[in-house]
Amino acid sequence: MNKKGLILIVFLVFVVLHQDFWNWDNSNLVLGFMPVGLFYHACYSLAAATFWAIVMKVAWPTELEKWAAGGPGQDEGGSK
Amino acid sequence: MTTVVVILIYLGVLLTLALFSKTLFRGTSADYFVASHSIGPFMLLMSVFGTTMTAFALVGSTGEAFERGIGTYGLMASSSGLIHAACFLLIGIKLWAIGKRYGYVTQIQYFRARFDSKGIGYLLFPILVLLVVPYLLIGIIGTAKTIYGVTVKKVTPDGITPGAFPEFFESTNGAVPAWLSGLIISLVVLTYIFAGGSRATAWANTFQTVFFMVMGVFVVYLVSDALGGANAAMEKAKDSHKVRTLSSDGHVGVSTLTFASYMFIPLSVGMFPHLFQHWLTAKSANTFKLTVVAHPIFIAIVWIPCVLLGTWATGMPSMEGTKSAVVLAKMVSILIENPIITGLVTASILAAIMSSLDSQFLCLGTMFTNDIVLFGSKKEYTDKQILFIARGFIVGIVALVYFLALLLINKNVFDLAIWSFSGFAALTPLVIAALYWKRATLIGAYSCIIAVFISWITFYAMSGFGGEFTVFGGIVPAAVMWFIGAAAMIIGSLVSQPPSEKTLAKFF
Repeated sequence: MNKKGLILIVFLVFVVLHQDFWNWDNSNLVLGFMPVGLFYHACYSLAAATFWAIVMKVAWPTELEKWAAGGPGQDEGGSK
Repeated sequence: MTTVVVILIYLGVLLTLALFSKTLFRGTSADYFVASHSIGPFMLLMSVFGTTMTAFALVGSTGEAFERGIGTYGLMASSSGLIHAACFLLIGIKLWAIGKRYGYVTQIQYFRARFDSKGIGYLLFPILVLLVVPYLLIGIIGTAKTIYGVTVKKVTPDGITPGAFPEFFESTNGAVPAWLSGLIISLVVLTYIFAGGSRATAWANTFQTVFFMVMGVFVVYLVSDALGGANAAMEKAKDSHKVRTLSSDGHVGVSTLTFASYMFIPLSVGMFPHLFQHWLTAKSANTFKLTVVAHPIFIAIVWIPCVLLGTWATGMPSMEGTKSAVVLAKMVSILIENPIITGLVTASILAAIMSSLDSQFLCLGTMFTNDIVLFGSKKEYTDKQILFIARGFIVGIVALVYFLALLLINKNVFDLAIWSFSGFAALTPLVIAALYWKRATLIGAYSCIIAVFISWITFYAMSGFGGEFTVFGGIVPAAVMWFIGAAAMIIGSLVSQPPSEKTLAKFF
């Protein structure tokens, strides 16, 4: 499987993990003040940031920068 | 009075900083519209984050948590962390590269070139404007109501607190009237956009975003202290608000279908015209890296404290029956009782509002100038003339939105916000197909825009013209509209001639 396919699968796993149906009615508190459902989603936000950091590390479009710099610039379509 | 002075000092500091950025202004239209592609990673992060976070991030999230419970965070925030970052990475960076290569400063310039059509711009332009305007109205009306709330006469168990200016504003019991607060905020934002365009906007947004993030955390600390600590505050909170299960009356918690389908709404950032313009300000593709990674974390930093505040409020007898829009303000006034802190909290709410307003005003001015006046014009305009036109449009738009806000001041336009987001979200198949699908054609693009527009109007009418509305037992309309838009894009493209080789060579 190529990198893009793997990233798409992990992204879809994230979408499923977002539903966390197992926490839906759990009112336990983590650290004495944070409901489990909220704590889970706080960790989810950190995991999402980590996921995108890894995606950028392994699948960064390095050629895009060079392509962007090589165009006709202001001559075509943009503000005159 | 002290509260108002604190707010005015904040506005003064903001204006000074934003006008300082004018010293960096290069005097060209490219600098005015997209800061000459020179904004670095930190300022891009702060300006993009500040633009996507409206007053709802502070006031609305607290109120929603007070009404629905902790499910608010998963519903609106953690999903946004995942989806927004995906949009920045997959849509933002690619559009930045295309915009930089071909000199585009608006989305419509790109779509016209990608689909080789003038007409698509004339179709898309009014729809984008129609979806941005409610967003602007919410900002001005939100400002007016926030300042009115902190300066109006209050009757509490301890006695009567007079309004801030009883001698000046008798008709409002001493509160600063909506026309004045709306006017001051409009003029502050207009002044720095007029002077420095997108560069001033980036500087102002950076300052405002830092300010409202710090204030959010600070308020939670003060409130938890007043409630005897975070543990004690959460102990007292209602159990129904510590879970996501939908209550029997449907007022607390979230339905599972709504929770799942709500993930489509954050896709709206992929089609926001003001975010397109912010992306274009980036110095390089690498500049986006910090924005992609830090955005989900920043959402957590702003939203978790507010959701905690709203949940704690459910355990306070004095908050019983409070309207969601005033939960934050009421908690601060009851528990902190310090006019300077009230002023700082109010200023932070204004910061969140203005950091979105400025980008939207600038983007509408940019679109009118480039997509309507300059497009197809046979006359050659100098850079000075282009700047003059853009500034003129911005003044006109600010004035129009200000008067429209005053006309609608007593209407519940806040309900329009979710419809504005849903419309932009439903249009994302257009930009995704344009960027990644070579077979996407003009007919497909027209089909997508028209299908989304018709379905949007239909659902909006079915909802009774605004407010919360779901279909099929809990699915949000944005999800259904997204699939309708995607299907129309695919079918329309497949039944029409593929794009020309020249177009494909230009963009792929």
